[in-house]
This record gives sequence, structure tokens and C-alpha cells, in this order.
Amino acid sequence: MSEAVTLRAPAFRREPGKLWIVPPAALLALLFFYPLVLIARQAFLDDRGVANVAEVIRVLHSRFFLNALINTVSISVAATAGCLVVGLVLALILAFVPFPGSGFIARLIDTFIALPTFLVTLAFTFLYGSAGMLNAGLMETFSLPLPPVDFLYSAWGVILAEVTVYTPFILRPLLAAFSLVDRGQIEAASVLGARPFRIVRQVILPAAIPALIAGGSLCLLLTVNEFGIVLFIGAKGVITLPLLIYGKAIQESAYQVACIIAVVNIALSLGLFGLYRFAAGRLGA
Amino acid sequence: MSAAAFTGTSVMDIDAAKVRGAGSNVHFDKVSVAYGAHVVLHPLTLDIAPGEILAMIGPSGSGKTTALRAVAGFVRPASGRIRIGATDVTDLPPYERGLGMVVQNYALFPHMRVEDNVAFGLRAQGADKALIGERIKDALGTVGMSAYARRYPRELSGGQQQRVAIARALAVRPRVLLLDEPLSALDAQIRRNMVEEIARLHRSLPGLTILYVTHDQTEALTLADKIAIMRDGRVCSHGPTTELYRRPPNRFTAEFLGRANLLPVTVAEAVGPKGFATARHGDALLTGAGRNEKAGDKSLLCIRPQHLSLTADSDHTNRIVGTLQEVHWQGELTHLVLDVDGTPVRVSATRLPIALPEPGAKVPLFFAPADTSLLPEDAGV
Repeated sequence: MSEAVTLRAPAFRREPGKLWIVPPAALLALLFFYPLVLIARQAFLDDRGVANVAEVIRVLHSRFFLNALINTVSISVAATAGCLVVGLVLALILAFVPFPGSGFIARLIDTFIALPTFLVTLAFTFLYGSAGMLNAGLMETFSLPLPPVDFLYSAWGVILAEVTVYTPFILRPLLAAFSLVDRGQIEAASVLGARPFRIVRQVILPAAIPALIAGGSLCLLLTVNEFGIVLFIGAKGVITLPLLIYGKAIQESAYQVACIIAVVNIALSLGLFGLYRFAAGRLGA
Repeated sequence: MSAAAFTGTSVMDIDAAKVRGAGSNVHFDKVSVAYGAHVVLHPLTLDIAPGEILAMIGPSGSGKTTALRAVAGFVRPASGRIRIGATDVTDLPPYERGLGMVVQNYALFPHMRVEDNVAFGLRAQGADKALIGERIKDALGTVGMSAYARRYPRELSGGQQQRVAIARALAVRPRVLLLDEPLSALDAQIRRNMVEEIARLHRSLPGLTILYVTHDQTEALTLADKIAIMRDGRVCSHGPTTELYRRPPNRFTAEFLGRANLLPVTVAEAVGPKGFATARHGDALLTGAGRNEKAGDKSLLCIRPQHLSLTADSDHTNRIVGTLQEVHWQGELTHLVLDVDGTPVRVSATRLPIALPEPGAKVPLFFAPADTSLLPEDAGV
């Protein structure tokens, strides 16, 4: 026997909570994605809206672009390596060598994060510039006619400034990782006959690898995009991608070229950001 | 893996003489430790003989772990010297002291396989590959973990991790093994098994000197040749385990090392040539093992709960009467609590009369003089 079954259409249920996604999404689209689309459009399309692949290839093969790309990558890699070494040494000392005031020193180093990047460059000019304290002191002490220290207005000056500014970005995750290292493991290793260097290498560092990767990739991301330090130092021949974009867009009014380079810069940054999120995820950040 | 005993294969078999030889005794010579003005270990003078297990027990903050850490080299004494064998190690860093250590949370290196954990100390000391392989095999065999050599610590249970920690400590042939609350993180059943296994391990390594820090009196009583009881940074008693248990020198020791009934008594007749004194508790005249008590001394008569019997026999010549207050049946044992002239007295009985008295009833208790110990009322803090 068949039975009449009344099928009731599911009632339309309003879920007003879902609508909360609209305002932030709209804001992001307006302030972030739309400008990005405009940049990409400017980079790949000509004034008539036709794809301009020839121009893109020309810019990507140009000497000024390749030089800027090489400068950007080599300076950011060198600065990140410097940050990793300095940050690691500082973090090891702050975390494992007990001394009064170590917490204060850690917080003091943290304050660097709050300072504008050009401030360090300005300070470096006072310290290591041609008329800075170091050169003045050396010239007076050794009666030298010219300033002997002349690294500030080169790629080395940029690297040193970036290491100074961005080391706290390595230090913070490393200190967090070191605080999780079981002191019992270090003591057990020491009792078993391991000297401090072996303990650092075989016990502490393996525990800090995710923090090193996370801090390192963040540092790389920030140094790739660093503009203020490079501009402020004004080192001769040291043109990085952000500086090249600035030069092409503002000084030469070559907007399409600037946008093509900007797209490359954005792709590089997003790749590094992806690496950072992956590493930070593994760290539990 | 079952809670199988450590195997008979001994890590000592390869190089027995090195560990068995003299030179593994530990000597504390007036060692004190202070953090600023706060003294955590008052001058401590103590010897641990080669091959001996000394258990340091005491409540939290009593200084036992500080003493162990001073031997390990993690705490610098404010005064005094520490010698291991003929070597004054006071100023040596931990990695030059030739020790092994096992701690409560195992402290295995999580990124290393079991075999690499065991090999860590040997590699740090520059041992050659062949020797390392041999020692890994031997040490893991000793603790029954040979089948787990390729595992990571996270793939092992707590008990298995502690076995690996012991193997790692033994692999370097330590002069002295330091055990800092090694079983505290394990659950009760595994802990009981591990205590028996450590006892078995020491029987197979008779030359190994062990300093065992614990707050668990059962571990100390099961394992130790000697016990030092710590309180407030001082050793309040030290001696052979059985002696300390049977004849506690003070109230704290009596109560910390096992359960104790302490009856206040007045010595009626001084200690005689056989070492017994008579003492009065209320109307009862009791005989107890004494030291140098004199007539009229106020003392405490220490009787362990398991030495009190509800039935008389020829040895149990002492008799007191109490009012039964509580009965707790716990399977193997039945615990009774009685009031004896205002003093609570516990009885742990394996066998009880068929007709158990009701709470409130007057119950006679019997005990042997040899199972008692007189201790001064004001001693032992």
C-alpha cells in the first residue's frame, strides 16, 4: 500500500552571521585587490587593453631589471644570513647564559621593531659616515687626510643597517622556541659528556629549526621589500626592486615598466610569505 | 612491550672492572648551597660507598635535589668540596665528571632515535663506531629495549622512555648514576614494576654507585642500601635502610619513613644490657628497644602498624587497649584506627579475627618489644 507523503520544502533559513564577511571583503577588495588588479592591468595591457607581452619580455630581460633583481636577492639573502647569525647568538646568550638584566636587554632589542627603519640609517651616518664619529676619531688619532672607513655608502652599509633593524624579527621566535627547550635535555647532554658547542648543535638547534625558518623567511620578506634604508643610504649603484619601481614611476614616469617590476616584486613577496606561513604554522605560531 | 624485567645481559660485561673499581664513591665535605642569602643546603657531610645505593628522601624543598645537582655540577656549592673517587670535582664542569643522570621527565632528545639517544654520550666522548655499536646493543639489552632501537621517543610509552633514559646513562659507563625522581612521572603500576627492575639492574651492576633522590619512601626502602632523610636543607637522619626503618632516631624519620604509631611514654626503668627499657603509657607497662634512656625520661614508643596484632602470642608481650574507631578494608590489608588514651593508633592487619569487633568496642593490641623503638620526645624536630 502506498502512503501519501508530504514533502515539505526546506524553509529558507537566514543566517545573518554570514553577512559579516561582506564589509571586510568589500574593504579588502577596494583598498588592496583593486589596486593590485590595476597594477597587473597596467603591467600586461597597453592603453588599448591589448596584451603587451613584448614590453614585459623587454623589461624582464633589461639590464637595469636584472641588476636590481640580483641586488635585491643578494642583499636580502646576505642581510637575512646576518640576522640569523646575530639573532641566534643573541638568543642563545639571552636564553641560556643567565645574567642580571637579560630580560631588559631582550625587551630593549625588541624596541627596534617599533622604530622607523631610516632612523638606524641616520644613526649609522653619524657613526660610520664620512664625517661620522668613527672616521673623525680615526682621522684625528692617526692623522689621516681622508676618512678610512668607507663601507656605509655601499651594499655592505645597506646589509649592516638591515641586519641591525631586522635581527629582532629572528630573535623573538628564537627566544620563544628556546623557552620550550627542556632544560633537562641540556643537563642530561652535559652530564653525558657533551660540551656547550655540541649541546647547541645537537640538542638546542634541532628544536629551534622551525623558529629559524619562520624568522628567516619573515626577515627575507622584509628585506626584499626594504625601501627606506636603501633610499636613505643612497649607495652608488645599489638599486633594488622597490627603489627601481620608485625611480621608474616617480622620476621617469614610466608607469608600465614600474608596474611590470612591481608584479615581479609582488610575486617574490607572496612566495616568501607563503614560506613564512608554512614555517610559522609548523612552529605553532 | 610487557613490563618485562631488565634482561640479564649486563652493560657491565664488557668493561666490568672500570666501573667496579674503587673510585666511584661520592664524598660530600661540608657542602652548602645558597641562593643569595637563602641557604638551601646547610653544610652536608656524607659518604656514598662504591656500589652503594643511597636514597635521599624528604619533602619538597628539603634540599635533596640540590644535593644531587651539586654532584652533577649544575649547582655550585657556596662552601665545601665534593669528591668522586679520588677526584675533587667541585670545580669541574658537568661534562668532565663522568656521571650518568636520569631525571623525572626522561629528557630524551626527541629528534633522535632511541639508538642515537643511547649513543649520544659516547659520541660526545669521542668513542669509536665499533664500540658505540657494541654499547648501544648492550645498554638496550640491559633494559630490555633492543627491539625499539629505531623508534623515536614519541613512539614509546612513559615506562619505555624511562628505560631508554637509563640505558643512555649506563652506556657511558658512569662512575656514579644520579637518579632524580626517575619514576615520579609514571603511573603506580608501572612505577612498582620499574622499582623492582632497577633493583634487579643494580644486582647485575653491583659496582655502580647510585644516588637516588625521591620523595617516595617505598622506592627508597625497596632500593636503597642507605637512606639520608632531608628536611629544611639538612640531613636529619642517615643510615642503613633497615636500621633507619626499625630504629628511627627521631620523630620526623619515624613518620616520614613508613607509617609509625608514636605512643608518649615515661621511662620507668633505664635501658638494660639487652638494650630494652620499660616505659609506662597510662596504666600499661611496656618494654621497648632503647638507646640510653634513663628512668623518668619522656619518650615516644614507635610501633609500626603492621607490628600490632589483635591476638596474643608468646613474642607479643606488650599489651595496650584502645577503642576501635574505624575499619578500612583494602583487599590485602585491613586498616584499623583505634584511640589509645587520646593517641590515634593505626593497625595494618593481614589476618583478622573471624568476629571483628564493632566500632566503639575496647580492643586489646599486642606487640613484641623487639618491634619497638624508643625515641626522645624532643628529638627530631
